[in-house]
Amino acid sequence: MSVFNVFHIAGSALTAQAARLNAVASNMANADSVAGADGKPYRAKQVVFEATPMGNAGAQGVRVRQVVEDASPARMVYDPRNPAANEQGYVAMSNVNAVEEMVNMISASRSYQTNADVMNTAKTLLLRTLSLGQ
Amino acid sequence: MATKLDDLLSYQHQALSLRAHRQQILAANIANADTPNYKARDIDFTAALKNAMAGRSDGLELARTAPGHLAGGAGAGPAPLLYRKNTQSAVDGNTVDMDVERSQFAENAVHYEAGITFITGRLKTMLSAIQGNQ
Repeated sequence: MSVFNVFHIAGSALTAQAARLNAVASNMANADSVAGADGKPYRAKQVVFEATPMGNAGAQGVRVRQVVEDASPARMVYDPRNPAANEQGYVAMSNVNAVEEMVNMISASRSYQTNADVMNTAKTLLLRTLSLGQ
Repeated sequence: MATKLDDLLSYQHQALSLRAHRQQILAANIANADTPNYKARDIDFTAALKNAMAGRSDGLELARTAPGHLAGGAGAGPAPLLYRKNTQSAVDGNTVDMDVERSQFAENAVHYEAGITFITGRLKTMLSAIQGNQ
């Protein structure tokens, strides 16, 4: 029954978008972090999506292939009074780009909404099918 | 009589299963709206329904190893998956246009419900013919 498969496909998208939102939340929370547990500044994390075969007839769901760390250099802020400052008085902050993260968040939440909507439609169709002939 | 009842519903039955199949493909497109290099897919519904009604099947046939065996087709095979013509593809190679997919999804859902209404109507007609004016 292909309509059931719509649930699996939309569900995989919900999981993937939730992972993306999770990464955005982590990045935004650490936007002003100076150094993580390993002593290095926090690096922004981005999820990479990948289409994955789901069910029959070539329909593809989505899954998170990997979580990559942003390779851009750390943001250097001049703050000589900070204990983490180097000899020149600069502090290495996380490389999170707040604007990018906000855009990412809006995109992820819109996609999440859309896929929840898709699930709702599939549910309506299935319920209508169950009441066939009545 | 059984075949007549079957004939009565077979057209709508084929249309309904194709609609369900297409719903799944459109859901996959919406799910992969943010996947890099994903190409939007769709089926040619009219051609697929025509093929299904003509009994042409790309699906699997049962193997017949003795003359007494009956030919058993697996019904209409999966309709060939086509790629959607894209107007503006994204930089990451994704060709999903959310407006198109959403409208097609909604349209397909309405057609599915219409198919169910048609079948219900046919069944009611048949039922009133069987029961007479009781």
